[in-house]
Amino acid sequence: MSERQFYIDPSRCIGCNACVAACAECDTHAGVSMIHLETIEREDSVQTTPVICMHCEEPACAMVCPSDAIKRTPDGVVQTSLKPRCIGCTNCVYACPFGVPKYEAAIDQMMKCDMCYDRTSVGKKPMCATVCPSQALMYGTPEEIAEQRSGTPINEFVFGSRTIRTKVNLMVPQGQKRLEVKAGATIRRSDLLTSSRLG
Amino acid sequence: MDERLREDFPIDWEEDGYVSRREFFKFMTVASGGLALGSLGLAAWSRGRREGISFEPKRIARLDALAPGSSLAFNFPRETDICLLVRRPDGALSAFSRRCTHLSCPVDYQADKDRLYCPCHNGAFSAEDGSVLQGPPPHPLPAITLEVRDGEVWATGVRHAKVRS
Repeated sequence: MSERQFYIDPSRCIGCNACVAACAECDTHAGVSMIHLETIEREDSVQTTPVICMHCEEPACAMVCPSDAIKRTPDGVVQTSLKPRCIGCTNCVYACPFGVPKYEAAIDQMMKCDMCYDRTSVGKKPMCATVCPSQALMYGTPEEIAEQRSGTPINEFVFGSRTIRTKVNLMVPQGQKRLEVKAGATIRRSDLLTSSRLG
Repeated sequence: MDERLREDFPIDWEEDGYVSRREFFKFMTVASGGLALGSLGLAAWSRGRREGISFEPKRIARLDALAPGSSLAFNFPRETDICLLVRRPDGALSAFSRRCTHLSCPVDYQADKDRLYCPCHNGAFSAEDGSVLQGPPPHPLPAITLEVRDGEVWATGVRHAKVRS
């Protein structure tokens, strides 16, 4: 049996917020959730997807950190910012292509999902994956995924000229190898303030 | 990304705590060099700092009010520094800090033995130069330099005897 991995399956997300609540219950960051739900097409659909840290191989958040506060563990988990180092500049918040880091103004520190490092480093599932009723967040082996799901897991994302590989997998329809994110395509008509609307 | 920058500020946890041999020796050299320079500076400072300190002279008593074989307590140079003025049986004047150099008990003058005696641990100092006669005190008593002006005794300064090594 191979090592367990993290899988996000947006098509399974029912928007119950159980993962958000479970994350906020953790004693190491009590009351603050490091995970959030994103609506996909808010105008047309109630479909949501959980957003957790993808743990990039080349983490943009750590690359842009001016105070050297974001570190990656030997097993590839990008940690939340180190409290003594973080200066709350929010560089990482702007740099992350997945919109994961969140600046907590109350403590002047960036906090992000660290894949429940206290749990996963000792072989337990992350809290969100434990509570997710539809298993949109799934922590298991590739064999389990292949057996139970129809989609394919990918961990390669293309942002313009830059390809980003991640530790966390995203479930996409069968046959896709990577996800190409086109900045222009993500801007919807409803996002733009048209002149008719202004008038 | 700047290679040198990534070397100094690595993203990976393990490399972040890694100290290379070169860094280690650089740190050791700078730290021990700094300590050595600091100790040299301190030594120079403590050697030189007692020179050239002047005290405000202070009138203690009239000379004719002191009978031979008597003593008088006074404070010099600060109000918290206790001292003892001694008129020895032969009429000579001397003054010392009253704090025993062992554990700072106040010493008393014993006229019959012409010495300064500390009752705490049976220590005694010479009334002539403050040197240790007996007991545990490690150093002589600091002496107060005196001057007689128009029949009055003035304290003018503090003299530390050479500490035997």
